[in-house]
Amino acid sequence: MNSLPLIRHFKWLAVLMLVCSLAAHGGQDTAVAHPWLDALDGLKQGSMPEREQAIIKLGDIKDSRNLGILQALLDGKLFIAKADARLLIATDNHQGFDARDALSGETLGAMGHDAITKINLTNKMRGTLRKIIGQLELTADDPAVRLAAVKAMAKAADEKDLALLRARAEQEQDGDVRQAINVALLLRDMDSDDKAVRVMAIEALKAYNSQDVANRLNAMVEKDENGEFLEADADIRNLAKASLININARLQWYSAIETVFFGLSLGAVLVLAAIGLAITFGVMGVINMAHGELMMLGAYTTYVMQQLMPNYLGVSLLLSIPAAFVISALVGIAIERGIIRFLYGRPLETLLATFGVSLILQQSVRSIFSPLNRSVATPEWMSGSWQINDFLSLTWNRFYILVFCLLVFVMLLQILKRTKLGLEVRAVAQNRKMARAMGIPTDKVDAMTFGLGSGIAGVAGVALSQITNVGPNLGQAYIVDSFMVVVFGGVGNLLGTLVAGFSLGIANKFLEPFAGAVLAKILVLVFIILFIQKRPRGLFPQKGRAADS
Amino acid sequence: MKLIALGQDKTCTAVLMALAAVTFIIPFCNLVFPADSPLHFSAYTVSVLGKYLTFALLGLSLDLVWGYCGILALGHGAFFALGGYAMGMYLMRQIGTRGVYGDPLLPDFMVFLNWKELPWYWHGFDHFGFALLMVVLAPGALAFVFGWLAFRSRVTGVYLSIMTQALTYALLLAFFRNEMGFGGNNGLTDFKDLLGFNIQSEAVRAVLLMLSGMALIAAFLLCRWLVNTKLGRVVTAIRDQESRVRFLGYRVEMFKLWIFVFAAMLAGIAGALYVPQVGIINPSEFSPLNSLEIVIWVAMGGRGTLYGAIIGAVLVNYGKTVLTGLLPEIWLFTLGAVFIVVTVLLPDGIVGLMRRRLQGQQA
Repeated sequence: MNSLPLIRHFKWLAVLMLVCSLAAHGGQDTAVAHPWLDALDGLKQGSMPEREQAIIKLGDIKDSRNLGILQALLDGKLFIAKADARLLIATDNHQGFDARDALSGETLGAMGHDAITKINLTNKMRGTLRKIIGQLELTADDPAVRLAAVKAMAKAADEKDLALLRARAEQEQDGDVRQAINVALLLRDMDSDDKAVRVMAIEALKAYNSQDVANRLNAMVEKDENGEFLEADADIRNLAKASLININARLQWYSAIETVFFGLSLGAVLVLAAIGLAITFGVMGVINMAHGELMMLGAYTTYVMQQLMPNYLGVSLLLSIPAAFVISALVGIAIERGIIRFLYGRPLETLLATFGVSLILQQSVRSIFSPLNRSVATPEWMSGSWQINDFLSLTWNRFYILVFCLLVFVMLLQILKRTKLGLEVRAVAQNRKMARAMGIPTDKVDAMTFGLGSGIAGVAGVALSQITNVGPNLGQAYIVDSFMVVVFGGVGNLLGTLVAGFSLGIANKFLEPFAGAVLAKILVLVFIILFIQKRPRGLFPQKGRAADS
Repeated sequence: MKLIALGQDKTCTAVLMALAAVTFIIPFCNLVFPADSPLHFSAYTVSVLGKYLTFALLGLSLDLVWGYCGILALGHGAFFALGGYAMGMYLMRQIGTRGVYGDPLLPDFMVFLNWKELPWYWHGFDHFGFALLMVVLAPGALAFVFGWLAFRSRVTGVYLSIMTQALTYALLLAFFRNEMGFGGNNGLTDFKDLLGFNIQSEAVRAVLLMLSGMALIAAFLLCRWLVNTKLGRVVTAIRDQESRVRFLGYRVEMFKLWIFVFAAMLAGIAGALYVPQVGIINPSEFSPLNSLEIVIWVAMGGRGTLYGAIIGAVLVNYGKTVLTGLLPEIWLFTLGAVFIVVTVLLPDGIVGLMRRRLQGQQA
């Protein structure tokens, strides 16, 4: 029942605001006594000092419209109507101005150049104005606005700003904003003349993950061009060094976390690409070189869905998942029924025939959609990144793909473990003849298995469309990699595919800073080639009778 | 067996005759008869045929490992490209100061990258003999290292195919890098001279065609002799029953390694003959698609026959030239269809089809 007093509070506030705004409207002509209107009138005065006084006054008065008006003033969008001396906020639309009343917000329509006068500013006034806007933003309702205000203010804070920040720190509820204020205040303390204050500030700062702090401390331990330390006091310098070691250790830790995350997300893409292959190759023993093209079909499905409903990005993306599954699965079943079933037991021939299919699919897409890459838009909730602190931010699209990959994996595992189809698939994989003797329609199961593997390739294509361009060569780029993942993990082992995909992804990302992206990839390939020499059946080899075939 | 031998001999003789004709008559006609004579073959015909012959040699070398030893190598193009790069490096050194930058020591792309001196692995390529040695040694060494590792640990079948594909893919990525010192993306091109003769001239083109044809005929005869020796018989036995051969006491991996290295060297020679005729070598030769195309030449011609590979290589490439000229869009459809049709309907390729015909006539 905590919320009750709060609601009551809000009610009162609303009433108060209503009264205020009524007063403001009613008294527009006569309110010489109202300080806010008085200050606004000051803006209209001709002399610059008076105008500046008015701006400063406005900053001291609480009114929700202040921020908008002052921002408009700073942007050069605040005007005076020549007819009735009203304050207007107007935007240039090349023929004239779209104006609205600055006080009431009422739209006044188009106005000509000669009907209004712009309120000009000097550079000094702009500086003042920026400060005041910053102070107003500091009390804004949106924490993001407050955070931006703190950061802007910290760059050139005077005593008054510092007082404001200190006062704000007491009542600030949002953790990020409070931390930003603390960092700003402590950084300011480092400029103090009092050594004790500086020592305390450095000690306190080492707990914060802030790029500003790191830069500042780094600057303290460096030398200028004459070989003199920028920081004269040796004690402070040593303290700064100690704090830097502390911060750098955390920085490395966070960058390692980030690398692991990038590795996992790359791994997720590899796993998504390889997992369908693990079914067709691992369970059925069929080499499907058209697997990459089935992924490409999934990606193009996403593109087409987005063209069909351009205004609902998120919905179209979610609908693309089942659509891509169905389309790729149908194509897969057609490939199986049309070609592969004639080639069972001849893996090398299957490889060649499906490669032919992949060429045809590629060229079809090229003929239908043009050889150029198509870009698929990303819905808003998937773009941007999750800023955990200054040192660590994770991009949302990669994060979602990681989650999606795990979801697909778990679902596939459940299908194989718990459904009738899964049971039949496993039975056929273990012993085809015996399964048929037990009444399992092996032909149908083959087709369904291949359809399942292909459908997952399509779903992987949907995920890929969110991180790369969609083009006819999309599949080719992943085919060698996904085979590597399956072989590395051990054929016929889904868990092995998952482990292999993630470990290859992470290995790739850890090698990249030292070797560069291409060389890292080559090194990983060479590693797998060597690894297969040692353990020809992968990380998790199949055991028992099935392994001999 | 008798029928196969019969068919083989007839077709084999026909293929040899055709090869000899292309090798000697066409360059002769190209050089001797004037351009308006009906017996004249254009420079274009000469250069296209020369290209086909090097491809045929490449297909032949793959047939040796795939058709006779059962190793489906999906990275055979890598050896071809390595041989090509070795020849390309020699041709680059012959440019001398005639490059765009006119640097007496460094090839253009190195000047462009601000390199100061020649990397160590470029030394020696000024000498034709050394370059020829590298044409066979570089692919041979790669095949030896890869094969030694792979065959010793008994990586077979599909795994081996995928590994070879990964190998050529890794090389593709590596050669794309400028830091490798092989011209990066653009590869090696703008060649001027070969042994002091202008590489653009018709006579040199005709001689190159002749050399390619002679190399192909020699390699064909050598391979034919090889597969009929005891070594060849063991290799064929390995293809059919690997474990049984091992149990009989043969060191299977050594035979495989030997044949793999030999085929890689042949592929290198094919690459070295190819590069001066097309005037460029770039990393795209390493692309997995190229290696797969070689496989389809052999499959289409009929694997395990040697001359089938030659027929397949020439036919598929002729089709490619015609179709990419007329309807570029159709080519990949056709190639894809060829892959499917050949594997599903014609497992023994064109040669197999002809044999069945012969068999039908005899029966």
